[in-house]
Formats: sequence, structure tokens, C-alpha cells
Amino acid sequence: MATTTARPAPDELPKAPRDLLPVFIPPILALAALPLVGSPTTWVTLTVAALAMGMMIFVIASGLTLIFGLMDVLNFGHGAFIAVGAYIAMTVLGPLSGWVQSDALTLNLAALFLAVIAAMVGTGVLGLAFERIIVQPVYGQHLKQILITMGGLIVAEQLIHVVWGGDQKPMPLPNGLRGAITVGDFALEKFRLLAVAVGLTVFIIMQLVLNRTKVGLLIRAGVENREMVEALGYRIRQLFVGVFIAGSALAGLGGTMWALYRETLTAAIGGDIMVLVFIVIIIGGLGSVGGCFLGAILVALMANYTGYLAPKIAVASNILLMVAILMWRPQGLYPVARR
Amino acid sequence: MIQSALSGDMPRSRILSFVLATILVVLAFAPFLFSGSQPINTAAKICIFIVLVASYDLLLGYTGIVSFAHTMFFGIGGYGVGLALYGWGPTWASAGIGLAIALVVGAVLAFVIGLLSLRVRAIFYAMITLAVASAFAILASQLSEYTGGEDGRSFRVPQLLRPGTVLFDIPAIGVRVDGRVLSYYLVFFSALMLVLAAFRIVNSPFGRVLQAIRENDFRAESLGYNVVYYRTVANCLAAGMAVLAGAMSAIWVRYTGPDTTLSFAIMLDILLMVVIGGMGTLYGAVIGATLFILAQNYLQKLMAVASEATAALPLIPHLLHPDRWLLWLGVLFVLSVYFFPSGIVGKLREMERR
Repeated sequence: MATTTARPAPDELPKAPRDLLPVFIPPILALAALPLVGSPTTWVTLTVAALAMGMMIFVIASGLTLIFGLMDVLNFGHGAFIAVGAYIAMTVLGPLSGWVQSDALTLNLAALFLAVIAAMVGTGVLGLAFERIIVQPVYGQHLKQILITMGGLIVAEQLIHVVWGGDQKPMPLPNGLRGAITVGDFALEKFRLLAVAVGLTVFIIMQLVLNRTKVGLLIRAGVENREMVEALGYRIRQLFVGVFIAGSALAGLGGTMWALYRETLTAAIGGDIMVLVFIVIIIGGLGSVGGCFLGAILVALMANYTGYLAPKIAVASNILLMVAILMWRPQGLYPVARR
Repeated sequence: MIQSALSGDMPRSRILSFVLATILVVLAFAPFLFSGSQPINTAAKICIFIVLVASYDLLLGYTGIVSFAHTMFFGIGGYGVGLALYGWGPTWASAGIGLAIALVVGAVLAFVIGLLSLRVRAIFYAMITLAVASAFAILASQLSEYTGGEDGRSFRVPQLLRPGTVLFDIPAIGVRVDGRVLSYYLVFFSALMLVLAAFRIVNSPFGRVLQAIRENDFRAESLGYNVVYYRTVANCLAAGMAVLAGAMSAIWVRYTGPDTTLSFAIMLDILLMVVIGGMGTLYGAVIGATLFILAQNYLQKLMAVASEATAALPLIPHLLHPDRWLLWLGVLFVLSVYFFPSGIVGKLREMERR
């Protein structure tokens, strides 16, 4: 590093090297599964289902990985936001049942939109409270962070029981989103397509914000080297609170989608998916949004193919996937520089 | 003698010594002090969880590793002994072979997980163990032709330990010494031995290195200790001890299934016991496990009374509903991580010093 200062500055900064190798893994996995699955129509259905599931996992995991990247905090209580978001959405959809059951797609989408907004605002506020009360006193102490966010998860799950009751709740899909669109031989379920669209939108917005705005620049800089950003006079704490709220709101969005996908809702809904979320952010590289996106698709593809081919080992297959990727790249697909 | 049995690690608090002595005496004479099956079940459960929590404390409190796979090893022990007794008939030999297989599987698994993740950071390990443990739990309930699936397996224990086996009566206090009492003492003395062994481990030079790693792993490395090696050995020791606890549990309840051994709820229970009792001291495991299991059995009854008494008020009866006992322990957990991270034991010792 020291020698470079003596040289004259080049006219243009050298481009960061692009590492495209991991991008090819999901298509290779998908193609490898084709002969195993056999029928192309089943394969398309499975792949679309996997993409939809992957997008939902991505929406949930992206916030978590960013929070970790920026502030070195891994929130084990993230699962509570998923559940709270889904419960708020259910509460909003209740009085709107006229819109939900109507055949008009616009009314359906309007109802969903309101529910999602409520869920995101609710979990965002909860995220703020969580950051203030639970996480703030234990910055920099990993052991305590893990314990305390786990404690927060227990308390939050129990409070869901207090507020909404412990029994399983139905979470009906709006009428207009039921069923499938047929394209040739292939049947594509509408809700899965919507989930893919939402996930892609979140990914694109996130990439634009991170790469094209000043806030994004500061966040990326903060992930690389927090102290330097602080030394340049930016309040990284406020930035972090913002990211924490945004990440929690995304968990609310993802939770709503996940509950609609399963069409039922229990307080433990977060726990089921958090395992996949953790695998995803380990595979992607802690702190990396792009890696998280790829990891989510990979995990979902793996889960859906093995769920069809050998349902009993579906979850174990994802552990094997994680082990394989960690043997190839011990820090995940896209390791974040400092870590 | 007590000094050497405890490897020189004394309670260092009068109240603590008194409480510990009470727990020891009550557990040692539980079959003669209480009648009925509920209290003796509770006592056996306390013994089993003391071992489980002490082994977890070896990781969390002494080495500073957060693992969420401890119930996995507990389950391996339970399933190892349980399935062996189920498949090969209720003999001591099959129980022994089952336990041996479980110990080997547990140690190998702990070693592999350790190699994969212990060289990285604490958070990595926590996440990977969480994923592996939940996959293991799902696998155990999926492979139902071997494990009995969600229903688990009920099995018979060796002849000597069955309730029908009556050894002799003690008419003076109206106690019949049968297979059940014998099983209890098998569990009790195994627990006692294991806890004393754990004391030996943490107070040995090896245990001191673990504590050094907990305090500052970088410095321990600089002093020439191979941190990954020590962490991996600690991990395998803790796993082996959890396997033994699982085997004790299988022998006592004569049943093994995913809900009683593998579920994440038990993992959370263990975490609560360690933190509330006091991390980094094995007395914390004893106090935490005893308190928690008593709360599990008796706090709920108390809360039911309180809930009924406040039935007229809004929301409060819901908060005090007996099913919400975990809420209050969760709050206690969060508060104890903040305000007294050394738990009840640490607090008691602090009071003594003043």
C-alpha cells in the first residue's frame, strides 16, 4: 500500500474486479436438476416455485445481512419481525375481507398494498424500539448480542401469543391471486409470479440505493471501514438506525408474503424460515447483498428440487450445499473485505 | 475432602453453599422425602438438566462459544440408547452399545462442526449450529421408519430398572424400593459424577486455557496456545457430556422423541438456565437448572391463580396466563444479561464480598 502513494495518480480509478463465477452456480444447479426431475413441465413449476421462495427469503435476509455488515450486529430476533409483520398484515386484511374476496384484481392488490404498508410500518417501529432497548447497550460484544437478541425473540414471540392468541390463524390469498396462468404447457401460479416481481423490485431498489445515492455510498463505506466514515464526520449511528429500521421493515414485508404463501400463520412462523435465512447469509458472505441474493436463489432451488426428488432429506441437502460452498469459499460467495 | 471433590472451586458464598447443600440433600433423598410420581420426576429432570446445562456452560461460560446445537447432542444420546433398547431388546448390553455409538457419533459430529466453523467468529458458529441442529431435528422426525418420527419411540428398560421390580420394602417410612427408585439413583449418581468431572475439567490447566480463550482469544493464541485445538476439544467434551445427559433422560422417561430431546424450545430453556444461574461457574448450572425446572412445574400454577385473581382487568390476565410463564423468564433473561451477567451465583458472591 505504501508504495502506491509515490506514483502519479492514474487518470481513472481502476475498475473493481468483477467476480462472476458464483453467478453461474444457480443456472448450473437448475440445469443439472432437469434430467433428474424428468418432465420439463414439473421442472418449470419447481423452478418458478423456487424463484418465488428465493425472493421471499432474500427480502427477509437482505436486511439482516446489511445490519450485520454495517454494525457487526447479528440480530437473532429477526424472526420475530417476520411473525409480527405477518400478524399485522392479517389484522389489516381482516376488515378488508370485502376487497380480498372481490374478483377485481385492483381491489385485491389495494388490500394487499395496505396490509404490506401497515406491516412494514409496524415492524419498522418495532425495529427502532428493538435497536434502542435491546441492541444498543451491547454493541461490540458478540456473545451478549447473540444472547440478548435471542432473549428478545423469546419475549416477542410470547407477546404475539398475548396479543393475537396462540392458535393457528388462516391467511387467505386474495381471490385474484389464486390459481395459475397457463403459458403453453406450463402452469405458473400467480402469487409466485407476484413474489418474484416484488423480490426483484426490492433487489433493484436496494442496488440502486446502495450504488447510486450518497446514503448508499456511506452505507457501503461503513461496511468497509466504519471508523473512517466516522472520522470523515458522518454520524454512522443514525445511518445504522436507519438501516436497522429498513431491515426490520423488509422482514415485515417478507413475513407477510411468506404467510400468504403458506396461507396459515402461527407465532413460530419466523423460526421455520430463519434457518434458511441463516444458511443464505452464510452462503452469500456476511454483509453482502449480492451474495445474499444469489444464496437465496440457490437455497430455494435446492430446497424445491430435493423436496420433489427426496422430500425426507430436503433440509439436510441445504446443509450439504452450505458445507460445499464453505469448502470452496470459506467466507461465503462474496466475502466482504474486512471480515 | 469436599475441597478436593470440587477441585478447589468452592461456592465462596454462605447463602450459595446453603442453597447448594439443600439441593444436594433433597435430590439425594428425593424418593424417601416425597411420595407420588410428580416430585420424583421433577427431581430426576433436575439431575438430568444440571448435567446438560453444566456441559453447555463448559462451552458458553468457560470457552465463550455460543452453540445452538446442544439439544442435538442431547437427542443423539436419547436416541442412541432409546433406539438400541427398542431394536435389540431391553438388556444392559444393548443400552451400553447404543450409548457407545451415540458417544462416537456425537463426538465426530462436534468435531466436524468445529472444524468447519470454530476457526471463524463466534457468530458464524452460532448460525451454523442453529442450521445444523434444526436440520437434524427435521431429519430425525422424517426418517420415521428408524426413529418413530414425530411420535418417537417408547421402549422397555432392563429388568432391574422396571417399576415392577421390587427389591425390598422399608416399612418404617412406608417406602418401597423398586426399579423406579433404582433408576432414580442411577440418574442421580451419574449426574453427581459428571458434575464433579466437569469441576475437574474447568479447574485443570486445560480449563484455565479455555477461560483465557474466552477472555481474549487473540492473546491466548499469542501465548502459544492453539486456540482452534482447545475450542474443538471443549466442543467435543461438552457434546459427549450432553450425549450422556440424553442417555440418562432416555433411561428415566423410557421414551425418546423429537419434542422431548431435539426441539429448539429445549435449547432456549438451556440458554435461560445458564444465563439466569450464572455463566462461567458450574454452580450457576446447578442453581439455574433447579430454579428453572421448579418454575416450569410450579410457577405455572401460581400464575393460574394470579390470572384468575385479575380476570376483571384488561390484558393483565393474558399476561399472567399460565402458558405465558416463558414470557416472564424471557424478560428475566434479558434483564440478567444486562444487569447481572454473572447470574444469581455471581450476585450472591458479590454480596458476600461486601
